[in-house]
Amino acid sequence: MVVGEQRQKRMWITQLNKIKYLPYKHDKQMNKNLDYLDELESEAIYILREVAGQFDKPALLFSGGKDSICLVHLALKAFRPGKFPFPLVHIDTGHNFPEVLTYRDQLAFKLEEKLIVRNVEDTIKKKQLQDAKGKFPSRNGLQTFTLLDVIEEFGFDACIGGARRDEEKARAKERIFSIRDEFGQWNPKLQRPELWDVYNGKINKGENVRVFPISNWTELDVWNYIKRERINLPSIYFTHSRECVVTGSGQLLCTNEFLSLDDTDIQVTKNVRYRTVGDMTCTAAIESEAFEIDDIINEIKLARISERGATRLDDKVSEAAMEDRKKGGYF
Amino acid sequence: MKLLRFFTAGNVDDGKSTLIGRLLYDSNCVATDILETLTTQSKSRGSDTEIDLAMLTDGLRAEREQGITIDVAYKYFTTSQRKFIIADTPGHIQYTRNMFTGASSAELAIILIDARNGITDQTKRHSILSSILGMPHVVVCINKMDLVNYSETIYNELENTYTIFAKQIGLKKISFIPVSALVGDNVVKASEKMLWYSGPTLLEFLETVEITEEQGIAASRFQVQYVIRPQTKELHDYRGFSGKVLSGSYKKGQRVLILPSGQESQIEKIEINQQEVKEAGLNSPIVLHLKDDIDISRGNSIVSLNNLPQMEKEITATICWMDNQAFIPGQKLLLQQNSFRTRAVIKEVVSKIDIHSFTELESDGSMKLNDISKVLIRTSEIITYDSYTQNRRTGSFILINENTNNTVAAGIL
Repeated sequence: MVVGEQRQKRMWITQLNKIKYLPYKHDKQMNKNLDYLDELESEAIYILREVAGQFDKPALLFSGGKDSICLVHLALKAFRPGKFPFPLVHIDTGHNFPEVLTYRDQLAFKLEEKLIVRNVEDTIKKKQLQDAKGKFPSRNGLQTFTLLDVIEEFGFDACIGGARRDEEKARAKERIFSIRDEFGQWNPKLQRPELWDVYNGKINKGENVRVFPISNWTELDVWNYIKRERINLPSIYFTHSRECVVTGSGQLLCTNEFLSLDDTDIQVTKNVRYRTVGDMTCTAAIESEAFEIDDIINEIKLARISERGATRLDDKVSEAAMEDRKKGGYF
Repeated sequence: MKLLRFFTAGNVDDGKSTLIGRLLYDSNCVATDILETLTTQSKSRGSDTEIDLAMLTDGLRAEREQGITIDVAYKYFTTSQRKFIIADTPGHIQYTRNMFTGASSAELAIILIDARNGITDQTKRHSILSSILGMPHVVVCINKMDLVNYSETIYNELENTYTIFAKQIGLKKISFIPVSALVGDNVVKASEKMLWYSGPTLLEFLETVEITEEQGIAASRFQVQYVIRPQTKELHDYRGFSGKVLSGSYKKGQRVLILPSGQESQIEKIEINQQEVKEAGLNSPIVLHLKDDIDISRGNSIVSLNNLPQMEKEITATICWMDNQAFIPGQKLLLQQNSFRTRAVIKEVVSKIDIHSFTELESDGSMKLNDISKVLIRTSEIITYDSYTQNRRTGSFILINENTNNTVAAGIL
């Protein structure tokens, strides 16, 4: 079991009680140095409203990570006092952090917005798929099947996601409105040109669009925004004590029931936090004492390792790992 | 701290990607793991410098293998002064289409010239395109100065020749910087080899160049993106028009005109994030409430009474054809300008613009990929617009093929 889980839960509940979903005061003087965030925010809200205006059945893909939490916050700014013109959709791999799942449920409950959850576990059973194997089994690839199924089940024509262009080389080339064929595939060589503030969301039957409103944000922008807007996050983003196993490449992976560990594995208890939120099986923690957002911002400013490089085991496979997964329908 | 969006243009071998790589690298914006990966990759491909900086922007497998840039790549970096968004556009075959794309959101263009080759046809084309697209600033980087012995004479000659050319094609604000992207002279660090140059380095220039907010003082323009109607018990009558201020500003109590219907009303309330504000400026994501109950839908404009936009069903525009499939006369199209969309047809290809000489040629009525032409467009609904030189936001549009749904052209009015 995760060390200090009780303490974490308590911390989490106190944090949750502090969440205010009322609009914060729009105060431009608060921090002059962050006024570029207004521009990024305005762009993202514009894109969200374009989705609402152009599509019949959009959805917001919610992972419980900081980027999709920002999207929800931006959607509040775009559509309140109205309801979101889309449900929140979560693909649960079964390997998620419990803290993130609790956050997800509480958020949807507090906002009174519709949440659709589909489990990779069910897809594996239904389609008789081979479950992820190995020491650190990643269901990242399997997630795509569930995603495509849920798109088909509800007939979603646009799926909003929190991907950013600074995350990865292939993402740097992706459009804000990214067209996917009926197999969910991305074709990097046949992308529509995207000009000015004009987003072409016209699609043929069977196709759908992935929309990335925070494409132009960097990791630091996201944290500065979270700070400015006082957005609450799952507790695993902040320092906590955790039992971890050291991987071959020296990364820290929290000990959990999905890993197949043996006597040779080195287990340590450290003060860690997560820089990204993915599966427990393939998202590494980083050693950190960052207790609040300011600590995190300072840490990122000093960090010399990229976000995905520090925390994702799945991108290390090959130079074009992300490009290949995207072509295959991955987010 | 402000945001500056710029794009780079140059020939295939002028060292664009290297220049951007250098900017990111020397301003400490490249993470160590990415550098490590690059070092190994550069070595395995036999690159002669320690790391091939161009590989920082070449994101797709085919690009890395062939050493070319296929598509527009966006890169981000921040200094203590500014946050930058770079659109790195390819220099080869589809350059016109990609340059249009990269330039559409940019406030500044960097044009690279190889000091050894001087002003080439490509340089001219990029400059002419920058002129057509009304770039507020153009910075000419005379690159590869290390290969011409950092010669002041060569630099001065190029500056003079280009200045004359720029005048001919109507470029306004131009600056020149002698650089070596490969070695790093005058990109981030001032060159010790070119003491004759006393101007700013490229980064210093980018950090301090004045970003024009001309659109902020222009006429008030707003298009409805989405109508917010909660339809709950408490908010039964709430009907807010959401969108962003495209130019100018809006005030509470201001009299406005709804276009194309032409009805007049008054602004009752402006909201940003559910907070009422008295005035909203450029780019603000607002929700407008009007005094009168008027039927307004997505794509309609709400504008100030003075300085009215133009309203037509027949427009002349300069368009760049962007589709692999050539234009077919009579082809059914959709015209989209921000959130406004209408059926449209190109009635006539008036002339073709030769981007080598910046002259209008007689058209044979055809348009293929990368062609820039003047066309006459007929729309099914009235389009409300301003000329592009006055307002980039309301003077631009795209054309969509109704059959394939592809974006086939970008146009300016």
